[in-house]
Amino acid sequence: MRALQLERYVAGDSRVHSLDPRVKVVITVLFIVSNVLLPDGAWLAFLLGWALVLLSSALTGLGPGYATRRSFVALPFALAAVSAIFALPGRPLFAWTLGPWHLVATDAGMIRFASIVVRSWLSVQMAILLTATTSFPDLMHALRHLRIPRLLVQITALMYRYLFVLTEEASRLLRARAARSARPVSGEGGGSLAWRARVAGNMAGNLFLRSYERSDRVHHAMLARGYRGEFRTLNPHLMRREDWTVGMLAMLFLLLLQVISRTGSL
Amino acid sequence: MLVAVSPFAALRDSVVLLNVTALHIPDGFLNLPISILTWLATAALLAVAIRRTRGELGERQVPLMGVMAAFIFAAQMINFPVAGGTSGHLLGGALAAITLGPWPAMLVMASVVGVQALLFQDGGLVVMGANILNMGFLTALIGYGLYRATAGGPRRLRLAVAGIAAWLSVMAGALATSLQLWLSGTSSLGVVVPAMLGVHALIGVGEALITVAALAFILRTRPDLVEAGRARGGRGWVAAGLAVALAVVLLAPLASADPDGLERVASNLGFLDQGEGAVYTIFPDYIVPFLGETPLSTIVAGVLGALLVAALTVGSASLVRRAGRSEPEPERPVP
Repeated sequence: MRALQLERYVAGDSRVHSLDPRVKVVITVLFIVSNVLLPDGAWLAFLLGWALVLLSSALTGLGPGYATRRSFVALPFALAAVSAIFALPGRPLFAWTLGPWHLVATDAGMIRFASIVVRSWLSVQMAILLTATTSFPDLMHALRHLRIPRLLVQITALMYRYLFVLTEEASRLLRARAARSARPVSGEGGGSLAWRARVAGNMAGNLFLRSYERSDRVHHAMLARGYRGEFRTLNPHLMRREDWTVGMLAMLFLLLLQVISRTGSL
Repeated sequence: MLVAVSPFAALRDSVVLLNVTALHIPDGFLNLPISILTWLATAALLAVAIRRTRGELGERQVPLMGVMAAFIFAAQMINFPVAGGTSGHLLGGALAAITLGPWPAMLVMASVVGVQALLFQDGGLVVMGANILNMGFLTALIGYGLYRATAGGPRRLRLAVAGIAAWLSVMAGALATSLQLWLSGTSSLGVVVPAMLGVHALIGVGEALITVAALAFILRTRPDLVEAGRARGGRGWVAAGLAVALAVVLLAPLASADPDGLERVASNLGFLDQGEGAVYTIFPDYIVPFLGETPLSTIVAGVLGALLVAALTVGSASLVRRAGRSEPEPERPVP
């Protein structure tokens, strides 16, 4: 995998792309916090939140459905919330007996479950837009401006730099193993479970040593190029008037969502 | 049959797999008090971790931690077939803690969790504190603490303990995740704890097998790397690791077999009010008087609680440091 594949859309030139990364990070985080604060069953507010996602997605030039199409990654986790259907007291909807358990689904439980899934689904979409329109170095620089500790940001930035190097190294190991362990089209691979695990463990240990030694070489290379404990960027990262306006508008909108969800009948 | 291993496909598969099996909580599944609480605890721990590793590694820490974080990410792609199309693979928290030391491992795992959330939407942003706590701190604590307890012992014993530590660290992460989901009103305790622990008991076996094999490989090839780790944390880690491991071992069966009991304890402590209206009023007894019963009050209550936790954490961390310093530090071999 190359950085190019992952950052296919980062090079766009829409208004969202050119927005200051700090503004995008803050809006995304506030949007997620706002989702979490919306009460169960605030459907109108959820719908308006989704409208904001669609609008932002359209403004990126990737199409209004871009974020929604890619947002189903976190849905398997919804399994964790299924039990809420049966846990909350409320008007019983249906019931069945499953082995030792007698399960009663309540209306409150259903609303809780649906709200959790919707909250998570909306939040993921905004995070997808942030990633799709901001290059990782810009993102790191924004975090630095937002007072995330320098060291943490630098480690993460350097990790991103070597992510592709090491995942390619890992996939070369995997390819080598696949090439050397032919197996019938149907049926299990050879060797006992412990043996297979040991092969995988040796690969991980091998990769560990290669990475460790690489980090030494990286360190020397950094020193040779004048590393003084700070990564530099040519991007000035100045907040323009447009950045402030967009940030303020987004915050007002989120505030409105909270008010609607608490006062309206919905 | 020829299997083409496309790096991107392998990476994507590993991410999808992790998402289903592992402990990356997405946004929306934890309420705000729990999110803030876990973030503050994580922030305090990370602050200590940064200070500690700076003293130990100096300028070298950025390249070392960065590349090793990329290593953990890449190592999570390495899997082995188990049965019926399932495969075992590495999460890496315990291996990182044993080989790099507990504080560096925390930083490494925090970066891994951060990149997974920022780049792949694997795990949320607002709940990232909880994810780092579950997958970075608990794993480091148990992984390193138990392994450190066997320092100087025979190799076979150390490897066996490393395996147990790896398994327990996965279980601890699963248990902590379940408890956070339950406290947020997302899952009911009686369902989420047995389900999470059941699944992760199996995942943990894969983790243990790979960790032991990888550690054996490293001990054979570069024993100096792991031995150097002895200087990185003192007996405080052993005590803390054993205590947390013991808590997991005791709490897991209790929570699975008698969730009502645990819930009773929690409500006696004023910690939980099942059946509350909205998710964010989960701490009914934690209302700040002059603010009344508003979400703001809950948040303030959460923050106050979290500050307490943070203070305790930092306090215990400095105790750990003192315990570490009282030991004579062996000469560190030049890498």
